[in-house]
Amino acid sequence: MSQFILHKENTRGHANHGWLNAHHSFSFANYYNPERMHFGVLRVLNDDLIDGGMGFGTHPHDNMEIITIPLAGAIAHKDSMGNSAVIKSGEIQVMSAGTGVSHSEFNALADEQLNLLQIWLFPNKKNVTPRYDQQTLNVEAMHNNFQQVLSPSADDAGVWIHQDAWFSLGKFDDGFETEYKIKKAGNGVYAFVINGEVTINGQTLSKRDGLGIWDTDSFSFKANTADAQVLLMDIPMELS
Amino acid sequence: MQTTILYIGRDTEITIVMNRLLNARTEWKGFCVCTDEEAISILKTQDVDLVLLGNGITPECENALRNDINALKPGIKVAQHYGGGSGLLYGEIMSALN
Repeated sequence: MSQFILHKENTRGHANHGWLNAHHSFSFANYYNPERMHFGVLRVLNDDLIDGGMGFGTHPHDNMEIITIPLAGAIAHKDSMGNSAVIKSGEIQVMSAGTGVSHSEFNALADEQLNLLQIWLFPNKKNVTPRYDQQTLNVEAMHNNFQQVLSPSADDAGVWIHQDAWFSLGKFDDGFETEYKIKKAGNGVYAFVINGEVTINGQTLSKRDGLGIWDTDSFSFKANTADAQVLLMDIPMELS
Repeated sequence: MQTTILYIGRDTEITIVMNRLLNARTEWKGFCVCTDEEAISILKTQDVDLVLLGNGITPECENALRNDINALKPGIKVAQHYGGGSGLLYGEIMSALN
């Protein structure tokens, strides 16, 4: 019997720092909710709006798989591994923090707001050598399709991380229906609605709602609006 | 009442950040070290409420540390710190203490 947990958009943690307007699906920084600590290995799902030219100065990370997906605008990234890059909407960035890495993230544009999703997963192996990657997404392949953008394998589609996780992005026409099959036994899926309205296993979800599903090997999906856009995170439910 | 927290991690830069973060709140008092020897010294001289294990600690070192902590301060709470900074710290401490 499949199980689920619904996180409505307006139940997320919220912090408005002026230059940064952040919504947290799980406990983060000063937002602490003991019932929102993680979903499986998914520990952080932040939906950040960052003013032009503003951002996060150099700060450290360790033992986290950090995935950044810009929804609008562009991020300027610099890190202690020597990487310096701009990641635009339509691209994905991944950083395995491992033994430790420092980086800065700023809105690359002075006069345009940046909207990004930042996702942190617990790794399946601690203290790995830090690594960085970014890729351009195949946006056309996302039309009425859950296009894989992340996996555990360097030989598979999208970026790869140190976790048995698969991420997919899709943009759907109104009325489009499909079934999603979970990639690995024991995994669950956290679905995050970027835009529009969808129905997943009978649960209607609106923009920025999240739905966690587990104890199943598949679920039904239907788009209810013409602009439906969804991120699926297929992840282990057990912390290793 | 102040909660005394000992952080142990191998990365010097992260340890400096953790020291700043843990001592930025009046309700916390932080001691942040990179070596197990320093950690044992703190445990012997301070009334530590919580130990946070950070980056770079091998499973062998973690086992030895947990044994030493249990021998010196039986029942003391030990939690993992992930992320290296402020994002998860508050939640980790709150979860461990509650």
